[in-house]
Amino acid sequence: MPVLTSSLDTASETFRANRQAQLALLGQLREQLDLAIAGGGERYQQRHRDRGKLLARERIELLLDPDSPFLELSTLAAYGTQFTVGASLVTGIGVVSGVECVITANDPTVRGGSVNPYSLRKSLRAGEIARTNRLPMVHLVESGGADLPTQADIFVPGGRSFHDLTELSALGIPTVALVFGNSTAGGAYIPGLCDYSVMVDRRAKVFLGGPPLVKMATGEESDDETLGGADMHSRVSGLSDYFAVDEPDAIRIGRAIMARINWHKLGPPPRPRPAAPRYDPGEILGLVPADAKVPFDPREVLARVVDGSQFDEYKPLYGSSLVTGWAELHGYPVGVIANHRGVLFSEESKKATEFILLANQSDTPLIFLQNTTGYMVGASYEQGGIIKDGAKMINAVTNSTVPHLTLNMAASFGAGNYGMSGRAFDPRFVFAWPGAKLAVMGGAQLAGVLSIVDRASAAAKGREFDEEADRARTTMIEAGIEAEAHAFAVSGRVYDDGVVDPRDTRTVLGLALSAAHSNTVEGRRGFGVFRM
Amino acid sequence: MTAVPIQKLLIANRGEIASRVMRTAHRLGISTVAVYSDPDAGLPFVAQADEAVRLPGAAPADTYLRGDLILAAAAITGADAIHPGYGFLSENAGFARDCAAAGVVFVGPPADAIAAMGSKLAAKALMESAGVPVLPGATVDDSTDLDQAGARVGFPLLVKAAFGGGGRGMRLVREPGGLAEAVAAASREAQAAFGDGTVFLERFVTDPRHVEVQILGDTHGTVVHLFERECSIQRRYQKIIEESPSPAVDDALRAALGEAAVAAGKVIGYAGAGTVEFVLDDAGRFYFLEVNTRLQVEHPVTELVTGLDLVQAQLGVAEGEPLPTEITDATLTGHAIEARLYAEDVPAGFLPCTGTLHRFTIPAGDGIRVDAGYADGSAVSPHYDAMLAKVIAHGRTRAQAARRLARALARARLHGVTTNRGLLLGVLREPEFLAGCTDTGYLTRHDPAGLSRAALGDPAVHAAVAALARQAAHRAEAPVLATLPSGWRNVASAPNRVSYRVDGRDYEVTYRLSGRAGEASDVEVDGQPLGSRVVVVRAAADAVDLEVDGLRRVYSVHRGAAGAGPAPVWVDGPDGATTLTELPRFADPSAVPRGGSLLAPMPGLVVRVLAEAGAAVTAGQPLVVLEAMKMEHTVTAPSDGVLAELRASAGEQVDAGQVLAVVETPDSAAPEET
Repeated sequence: MPVLTSSLDTASETFRANRQAQLALLGQLREQLDLAIAGGGERYQQRHRDRGKLLARERIELLLDPDSPFLELSTLAAYGTQFTVGASLVTGIGVVSGVECVITANDPTVRGGSVNPYSLRKSLRAGEIARTNRLPMVHLVESGGADLPTQADIFVPGGRSFHDLTELSALGIPTVALVFGNSTAGGAYIPGLCDYSVMVDRRAKVFLGGPPLVKMATGEESDDETLGGADMHSRVSGLSDYFAVDEPDAIRIGRAIMARINWHKLGPPPRPRPAAPRYDPGEILGLVPADAKVPFDPREVLARVVDGSQFDEYKPLYGSSLVTGWAELHGYPVGVIANHRGVLFSEESKKATEFILLANQSDTPLIFLQNTTGYMVGASYEQGGIIKDGAKMINAVTNSTVPHLTLNMAASFGAGNYGMSGRAFDPRFVFAWPGAKLAVMGGAQLAGVLSIVDRASAAAKGREFDEEADRARTTMIEAGIEAEAHAFAVSGRVYDDGVVDPRDTRTVLGLALSAAHSNTVEGRRGFGVFRM
Repeated sequence: MTAVPIQKLLIANRGEIASRVMRTAHRLGISTVAVYSDPDAGLPFVAQADEAVRLPGAAPADTYLRGDLILAAAAITGADAIHPGYGFLSENAGFARDCAAAGVVFVGPPADAIAAMGSKLAAKALMESAGVPVLPGATVDDSTDLDQAGARVGFPLLVKAAFGGGGRGMRLVREPGGLAEAVAAASREAQAAFGDGTVFLERFVTDPRHVEVQILGDTHGTVVHLFERECSIQRRYQKIIEESPSPAVDDALRAALGEAAVAAGKVIGYAGAGTVEFVLDDAGRFYFLEVNTRLQVEHPVTELVTGLDLVQAQLGVAEGEPLPTEITDATLTGHAIEARLYAEDVPAGFLPCTGTLHRFTIPAGDGIRVDAGYADGSAVSPHYDAMLAKVIAHGRTRAQAARRLARALARARLHGVTTNRGLLLGVLREPEFLAGCTDTGYLTRHDPAGLSRAALGDPAVHAAVAALARQAAHRAEAPVLATLPSGWRNVASAPNRVSYRVDGRDYEVTYRLSGRAGEASDVEVDGQPLGSRVVVVRAAADAVDLEVDGLRRVYSVHRGAAGAGPAPVWVDGPDGATTLTELPRFADPSAVPRGGSLLAPMPGLVVRVLAEAGAAVTAGQPLVVLEAMKMEHTVTAPSDGVLAELRASAGEQVDAGQVLAVVETPDSAAPEET
């Protein structure tokens, strides 16, 4: 297999400056992640611990197989909103008793683990990942229910959580609820709809209505244990399948359940003992230009990501603004579609379409490495049918059934985002590097377009164009777009599955690929491969 | 006597000496037969022999001491000679005679010589007559006035078994007052160990050296000596380190000792290999102690300094050959030291230990000889001597031999059974030993427990090493995502953790690996970093290459199977060895005593009540019997505890879920506050 040769000068000033810029971004990312870890803050974490309880991430750590990897998803959910970063919920993919699972854990230190609109999006996304990749789901439940001030945004879409849980079960995907605390009202249906439920003695509280509500409704005097304690549910109602004496015991039982679900992944296994890349993944930091206007060769990234830095390029001489080719990643065969010089022309679009069809012919998952400013505009391109060619690519991306993994390396603008398997095209996973931008177009372009339109409008109406106001508005629009296009902001809205350290690209994609192989890996068939 | 070649040799012994005798026999073309007791069925010597015969039972009296069974084994296998090894029947004149009567060659001295030396009293008298210097002593029988006898011998004195050895049936008495009791105790012990309770008194030389001379005689009247061995490092009269030559013996003294030993051998018409034991006082005077009419445990040191094979010599004599010139002209080259590796807990007072040797390897070669009776997986039973192996080093000088021996012991893998390795290493590296000051008081002056500690590894570092090997094993065994970095997190909130117990103390290891070659990792034990820069150069399930602040060491790690308890882990490194047990990640509550209310499993009639309120109950004990739907249901105690309440009585109709009784355990008495 051909091996990529890097021409990156790791001693250059550019490399150093690029690296500094990336490290600064990673520092900002770390700050946000630390906020997510801190949850409700030291005081609430201490109060939680003083009650003899484990923090959400401590519960997850204990649930996971020792020394196995864990990928947290939607880590920046609620970034830039009134809610705590992380959205009072931890979700991720990890290995429990040898089984890759989606794990969710409420963070009870943040407003009692209550669900806000971002927690809901994050939770629904975790369920979607479980469903599309056929990953068993383990819920570590302790939540006060809906964040009441935002109930209007939650109540209707929130029903989907319950729908999705039972749908998973119907699809034969096991669901487990470990109940550590409050799981009341609507939350009571989580253990109710999971295949297995485990409740912690004198901690779990699972009822539709608590003592005050019951008193109001019927006048009946009751208490928490009678209405919804672990002992009652384990001995009387049968809602709890396993009675756990304490939190670690619940986690122990959860691990035992996963050890017995007789799980088999449906995708082919990876090639054993894959070779590491020949180049240091750490060097990726120095190859991404600090200036977003400067394109970079994605082969330099691939040399630091794929097995043995081996890459078989498809159509290297045709449509060379886009790089396509075959490789392996942690032993899984993949097709790679990567932007090189930003713009997608007709040739690039047709090349991508053919490549996507080929990947579907051979049941090969696709990795999209985005760095695109969109499809080319201009008279000759419009006349050359850029819309038809772009449509071919979007059609192929849409109807491709092999798993897609999408990574926004630097830019994802306009319809380029769609053609390069953006979030709306149901890739199994979408990640972004910390410097990446995503928007309908760049801030300067958008402001400039508006300025031109206004100027034309003023001229048409015969009034004077206010240059001063135009400059101010341009600056404001540019800043606004800049902020909305920022990787953290995009991730904050749960439009991707997380902002990742570029040095971890191989690990993150490898874990995502393995998750995707829990389901069948099958391409779309029917027509032959069209030569575009 | 004409030479009769031996064709098939039965070894009436076990363990290392059986293996050692077979090695020479096989080299000489002689077939071998092993006899083995039930607990020994899996030991290497049984498999090494060409044929083996089971001796049913375990106790020596039922097995290796049963001369009749052994002769029967010789008969069915057609063995024409029996080598008795040491101990057991080796100095039993009756057995030697039985062999002769059965027409089987006994590889040992003539029965008369054994008999003559079997009684230490008679032996002493005989030696005195032959001009061999002896210690003042007195015989003891029922009519002896112990006060007078003790006064005649002088204190301190030793009470010794007349037909014993190995320190058993022996008592040191410093004052006249303790004599009677010591005589009674020694006699009881001798009776139990050797079948004869006769004891005698002998002057005790304080802190002498124990020096012995190897002799060999043939059936043609030749007796020669093969120089001395010093065996002064003893614990409880049991030799643990032996060497040749003695650092206290010069050429003149060597000649005098040799001459006395040869005289002793000649006076009893000795043939075969034997040892004349002397005590040597600090003025260079020596006194006859006894003759051991067998191959000694410590014979290899003589073999290494003379280049001879004493078993081959024994077999030659037994076949009627005259002693060859390499024996009669033997010379002494270099220095040899033997260490006896015992399964015993030194700090606990040399308590014998048993168990399975999950790994048992001692590196041989480079001047190191290993005579072992056990191998990987062997079980050490409580029925016999707890010696696992002898490790013998030969060097140009004493210092070189000691150094080689220490290194071999340090590099040995001894997993599963507690041994005295630490003590042996402590002695071999101790300045007074290295200076040759090795009288029998050595281990009184130097605390054995203290010497043992000197050879222990740092448990904190070894716990970290065990954790690093464990994570490598986890990664290697991972069914999915096995090629991803160990413990990788995109949101790192806590390190990985695992705890180990070493000698009753717990060590919590926390770590976060860099995942990149040459990069520092965070490794802490009980919150303390191992060093300011820790690099995990390589970690595999069985080996860890760790660099701490520039010091790089390779450790080997061996994880045992988790049986009833947690899995043991053995870490061996250049700094020592540690046995750890991994603490379980989760406590299984079913293993914790659990009391509480006992409920009726279904509606029914109480037909019997089997315990009284307030009674102590044990787990599983039937308490109440119910009859329902023509079936009897027994309600049993869930754990050990007290039957605090009994709410059911015979003839009572009860509902499902009704409390029948309450069992209280210490833990269940006070429920946790919520």
